[in-house]
Amino acid sequence: MSARAPSRSDALLAAADDELILGWRDSEWTGIAPSLEEDVAFSSIAQNEIGHARALYELAARETGGDADALAFDREPAEYRCCPLVELRRLEWADTIARHWLYETADAVRIEHMTASDWPELAGLARKIQREEAYHRLHADMWVDRLTGGEERARLAQALQGAWPYALGVLDGALRERFRERVAARLPWFDAGGDPGAEHARGAHTVELRPLWDEMTMVRRSVPGAQW
Amino acid sequence: MIWEVFRQEREGAAFAHAGSLEAADEAFARAYAHELYGRRNESRALWLVPRGEVCTVDEFVDEFERNYRRVDGYSLKTRLREARERAGTQPE
Repeated sequence: MSARAPSRSDALLAAADDELILGWRDSEWTGIAPSLEEDVAFSSIAQNEIGHARALYELAARETGGDADALAFDREPAEYRCCPLVELRRLEWADTIARHWLYETADAVRIEHMTASDWPELAGLARKIQREEAYHRLHADMWVDRLTGGEERARLAQALQGAWPYALGVLDGALRERFRERVAARLPWFDAGGDPGAEHARGAHTVELRPLWDEMTMVRRSVPGAQW
Repeated sequence: MIWEVFRQEREGAAFAHAGSLEAADEAFARAYAHELYGRRNESRALWLVPRGEVCTVDEFVDEFERNYRRVDGYSLKTRLREARERAGTQPE
């Protein structure tokens, strides 16, 4: 392993873990989304996120050894690099849309940054992911536009405020500021100030990760080493 | 609001009615159609039409049973046999 390998695969794992855990959370709406059409659309987005996670894990596995499944399922919850935002279980549609929109907006900034990576495999993968994420952003934007236009705006604003400190924990430094600018530009009425607390930043985990992990890894742990 | 969805499978192929979906506006209709009829790469393009914009023609009176104007009203097989009998020619 080269000297710079740990840091670049760390960033990769962070993105992969975000996509896996959010994909899992979004898939919790399958069967109970507000309409049949939304059910299919949101489940499809969840599947896409998990697909992106797999591609990112495969690239990470080439750096660190092991395989994508081992990275996805064989670590302890504390070893995951996902941000607390994606761990939150939010079975209230306004909360889900708020989290979805904030995450997609932050993720767009991150993916753009990855496309400029000097690691050609990562830059190429980021461009592929970007083409699918465009539809996720379209979906998130249309929901936010719709909920902003009517009497639901107060409910959305409340949901955005609740998720905001966590959303600030998705990215660091210059990328976080770029994310903040985009939120402010799109939602001028929303207060996009502040900083994430330690409990919102990457590295911290919420108590909601453990039950998710238990469920997500249950089958794999039931027969270690089985090929599915 | 109900939208009728037409799907094109291959370039140059005719758009065929694929089904319908419910969506509040065009942005939702586009997003939902994309996932419902395109997520498996089964479509090359889609047409979305609000159901209210579809012009329906469904009255076809036929008071005088002019079945000769319908393809099912003219049995070529029977006519051919009769003509052959008149001419005295039968196929081998």
